[in-house]
Amino acid sequence: MRLELVKRPQHSTLFSALSPFIALGLTLIAGAIMFSLLGKNPVDALYYYFIDPLRETWSLHELAVKAAPLILIAVGLSVCYSSNNWNIGAEGQFIAGAILGSSIPVLLPGFQSWIVLPLMLILGMAGGAAYGAIPAWLKVRFNTNEILTSLMLVYVAQLFNDWLVRGPWRNPQGFSFPGTVRFHEYAVLPEIWPAAGRANWGFVFALVAAFLLWFMMSRTLKGFEVKVLGQSPRAGRFAGFSSSRMVFFAFTLSGALAGLAGICEVSGAVGHLNEKLSIGYGFTAIIVAFLGRLNPLGVVAAGLVLALTYLGGEAAQISIGVSDKAVRAFQGMLLFFVLACDTLIHYRIRFVGARAGAGEAMRHV
Amino acid sequence: MKKTLLSLVTATAALALATVAAEAKLKACFIYVGPIGDFGWSYQHHQGALEMQKNLGGEEQVELAYLESVAEGADAERALERFARSGCNIIFTTSFGYMDATNAVAGKFPDVKFEHATGYKRDHPNVSTYNSKFHEGRYVQGIIAAKMSKAGVAGYIASFPIPEVVMGINAFVLGAQTVNPDFKVKVVWANTWFDPGKEADAAKALIDQGVDIITQHTDSTAPMQVAAERGIKAFGQASDMIAFGKETQLTAVVDNWGPYYTERVKAVMDGTWSQVDVWGGMKEGHVVMAPFTNMPDDVKAAAEAAVEKIKGGFEPFTGPITKQDGTEWLKDGERAENGVLLGLNFYVKGVDDKLPQ
Repeated sequence: MRLELVKRPQHSTLFSALSPFIALGLTLIAGAIMFSLLGKNPVDALYYYFIDPLRETWSLHELAVKAAPLILIAVGLSVCYSSNNWNIGAEGQFIAGAILGSSIPVLLPGFQSWIVLPLMLILGMAGGAAYGAIPAWLKVRFNTNEILTSLMLVYVAQLFNDWLVRGPWRNPQGFSFPGTVRFHEYAVLPEIWPAAGRANWGFVFALVAAFLLWFMMSRTLKGFEVKVLGQSPRAGRFAGFSSSRMVFFAFTLSGALAGLAGICEVSGAVGHLNEKLSIGYGFTAIIVAFLGRLNPLGVVAAGLVLALTYLGGEAAQISIGVSDKAVRAFQGMLLFFVLACDTLIHYRIRFVGARAGAGEAMRHV
Repeated sequence: MKKTLLSLVTATAALALATVAAEAKLKACFIYVGPIGDFGWSYQHHQGALEMQKNLGGEEQVELAYLESVAEGADAERALERFARSGCNIIFTTSFGYMDATNAVAGKFPDVKFEHATGYKRDHPNVSTYNSKFHEGRYVQGIIAAKMSKAGVAGYIASFPIPEVVMGINAFVLGAQTVNPDFKVKVVWANTWFDPGKEADAAKALIDQGVDIITQHTDSTAPMQVAAERGIKAFGQASDMIAFGKETQLTAVVDNWGPYYTERVKAVMDGTWSQVDVWGGMKEGHVVMAPFTNMPDDVKAAAEAAVEKIKGGFEPFTGPITKQDGTEWLKDGERAENGVLLGLNFYVKGVDDKLPQ
């Protein structure tokens, strides 16, 4: 006997809307069971997980700091994936943007003016876009698989960054430790409201990007083009859309946003370029894009929820001493239930008996 | 009379307050870069934390909180702020990459004490730094290696080219050359602190190149296990790894943080905490050698003598020392300055490798 997923002819709008809440409910139940088995009070655990981080202003700022790069990268990816282009290398484009953007304060420390920051942000986007254009070009020119090339370019970017901060860009006053000099004040992305917390303008960029891309996808011809080429390349060609040009558009757009996230992270949250920059935002953003159902506004919500699970995980570790492994297992449950609920709304499970299966196979012969 | 009464009242109030302060549990918090189950760096810090709690009266007196596997970037600053706000009295940040985050959060919470391991920035009066002279242990290992090796070449699995690691390689060579002036060390840069697969590959590559002693500055037990399979000897790292190489481990440099953590948390309890920059070694009990095993008695005696010599104040980086390129670094009897050691970026003679720059 085996299981088969059969697409439902039409799916329930009601359950589609309820799906995230059902998933959350199931996660809470499964999480409560797990925490009880670990000998922790489940109510306390869930409280620290979901409520505690939202109670204080500083913590909300931290939520924005954590969510900003996830949202920025994921909105770009949502457009890219909608066009049926699979950019798995956002992490590399994140690093490329961070490196190119950092080049101004690192190489020209004497150049101090208000124009430095805007230039850095533009260079960051350019770096990410250019790095994203490599797998796009390879796909269009040589028909390579962009999933592989974009993923492999992540390691290239990581190692290049590693070499830079240990070698030519290393802070001469840093006792031979890896990392560039700290950026001067003109090169630091300001905090939105410094008296209240650490959130920087990167979060605002993320919201603006999400809104603009939502507008593009739902209200403009370009958005229509993305969707048509994504769902049916042949139909797109009949409509006069170029799928090669779409590959470049999808990769440079998602690359530019990943690059912007990279330079915002370096210039806002960290303050200098170092070898610890790459902690997987580009990969987590893939999950965020799908949690948000490839809708730019959905991505904002998904980014905030995922960021909350990180903050809540820490709060739970500190307050009631759950280990970080339990915290990650809980995060996994959340993602599993969300994706499972969505899948079951669009598909139904059919049990196929061994004999029936064989019979079917016979008939095909 | 009135005055006496008043002073009596004040004294009683002060006493009452003092009692309250003494009864309030102290909260000590630790942030680790890896999992506490790595049997290396983070594991030893956690062992030190547990020892401190035990020494100071257990759970009734000291509340312990910790965060594992915290990335050294924007995440660290958030984690530290959460610690500070959750009532930690003293926070130990146990990895170099937490340096800027530690100083940033310390500026916002002047009443919380911060202790940063292996860093050099103390921007605020409530930040101390501490580190251990692991190179003292590696010097002793070098002596043992030169006495045990038939090939006259040891293999060194290194993590990243930072001063700490370079210092360890140099100290190992200097120790070995006191026994055999022609002793050589081959180095493989694993570019990781913890990756059992890569570390095992590095160990195999070194053994295939003819080394018959393996030592490591990475945290997993994999090199020890490879050495055991191939029937050669090896040194453990950070913790006593004898369980992973009963007939293989010669000794290990054990990071012993317990005494320091006890001292510093006690200082907070007593109200005597003040900023320090501590670099303790064998003398202070911060670096300890695991039992000398799998070696003849004369080698054991030589190793024990070296330990005693270091405890007596000997610095392995004492001249004459020649750099790898043949130029003189330290004259006879001259000791290296701490500042130079903490930023060390060159090899001494006898290292068979080019330092990645």
